Amino acid sequence: MDLYDRNLELREVQTLQGHTDRVWSLAWNPATVASGLPPVFASCSGDKTVRIWERSHISRTWDCKAVLEETHTRTVRSCAWSPTGKLLATASFDATTAIWENIGGDFECVSTLEGHENEVKSVSWNSSGSLLATCSRDKTVWIWEVMPGNEFECASVLQGHTQDVKMVKWHPTLDILFSCSYDNTVKVWAEDGTGDWHCIQTLGESNNGHSSTVWALSFNAEGDKMVTCSDDLTLKVWGTDIGRMQSADEHVPWNHLCTLTGYHDRTIFSVHWSREGIIASGAADDAIRFFVESKDGLDGNPSYKLLLKKEKAHNMDINSVQWSPGENRLLASAGDDGKIKIWELETVG
Amino acid sequence: MVNSGLINANPIVYEKKERRVRSAPTYNDEYTVEPIDQLESFLLTFLNHIRDIKDPEHPYSLEELKVITENAIEVDDRRSYVRVTFTPTVEHCSMATVIGLCLRVKLMRSLPSRYKVDIKVAPGTHATEAAVNKQLNDKERVAAALENPNLVDMVDECLGASYA
Repeated sequence: MDLYDRNLELREVQTLQGHTDRVWSLAWNPATVASGLPPVFASCSGDKTVRIWERSHISRTWDCKAVLEETHTRTVRSCAWSPTGKLLATASFDATTAIWENIGGDFECVSTLEGHENEVKSVSWNSSGSLLATCSRDKTVWIWEVMPGNEFECASVLQGHTQDVKMVKWHPTLDILFSCSYDNTVKVWAEDGTGDWHCIQTLGESNNGHSSTVWALSFNAEGDKMVTCSDDLTLKVWGTDIGRMQSADEHVPWNHLCTLTGYHDRTIFSVHWSREGIIASGAADDAIRFFVESKDGLDGNPSYKLLLKKEKAHNMDINSVQWSPGENRLLASAGDDGKIKIWELETVG
Repeated sequence: MVNSGLINANPIVYEKKERRVRSAPTYNDEYTVEPIDQLESFLLTFLNHIRDIKDPEHPYSLEELKVITENAIEVDDRRSYVRVTFTPTVEHCSMATVIGLCLRVKLMRSLPSRYKVDIKVAPGTHATEAAVNKQLNDKERVAAALENPNLVDMVDECLGASYA
């Protein structure tokens, strides 16, 4: 199926209100898909709370099922579910990361990770749920080992970025960590076999990288491509040899494949790659854009085309766009307007 | 004076400009009068929003220190866009980020939320111009700064003197 030949339309399914300040980030619970449970996601905000949203089986409408409050004392910047969907990690400007456990529908804060000097900006679980990564304005990335009994032990403090670190993200299948920063670079981190973690690659301006803050990154389903978005108003796609990466002992590099430029007018804060290959981006120009790989790449490298652009998707900056892990074309977006919107990308005609 | 602890101990103070309530059209061509008139009145409104902000170090307004002048503001109302360019009193002014933060907060509190605001120091007027501009326009850094009680007090003190 060639998506580019279809007529697509972004339909607004529902607008969710509840947060009283800007919504920074969203995370879909990955476990609801396989278990047949209704879809669930978490949102976090400048109002210092986290909200859990669930779609009703009967009415198909989305409702707020829980408000996680009175734990973080400042903005909650990002959130991430463990692979089993049992734990939710939340990163806050209050310098802590909280771990919440879903106990019969009630969320209880079961652990608080302290160590960063100031604002924690992002948190990510590895694919097996055995490791957690956090990053901060203090320029460091921390790797935490998940121990029995909701204990978290700091396994490593990674230094290398020269400015605050905006986001951390584990590779979808391998224990390789990626971080992006206000220093305009993306760094790749791996363990050397003795328990020590090292930066194995830096994707900077000199390797066709970004020329301003890198805000976010996302992987395709196969894990052989990564997309990054930046304050330089571009998206960049990077690729690697995933086969070699899985088998080889040595480091397999990531290479710049292409740059998507001339689409966004203001800072791109969020990018997310769907399982079927559609890249969604959300930016400070209030618009959501969708890109797909096009077949007419000339130099052997893939090229990407704009599939659809939704102007005024929110009334203010868009901070997060996230595809649902279950239904293919369901997307949630969050903005400075304090709203969350659920969208469906539909084929028309 | 050396030991005063101030970044710029002896700033030049300029006279406040007469407030214009409504500007006279620049051209007599009847077809161009209206849009120009509208734009000017927008500019004046915006300028009045920020010209009276107090300098973090001195009992003078940003206008009196020529940190902000009439040419400092560009407005594109159709695109809901505002750009403010300010001129620090000295090249190494460590107060530049605080002044920029004051400008942003004042505009955030005064303007409809649809506006996009860029704040920059005038080219060539600050030793670390690029770094200051980057920090002032990183909304995550701004959001974190505005959760810092000491910084908020400082900003409120600067804005408190404002009567716009």
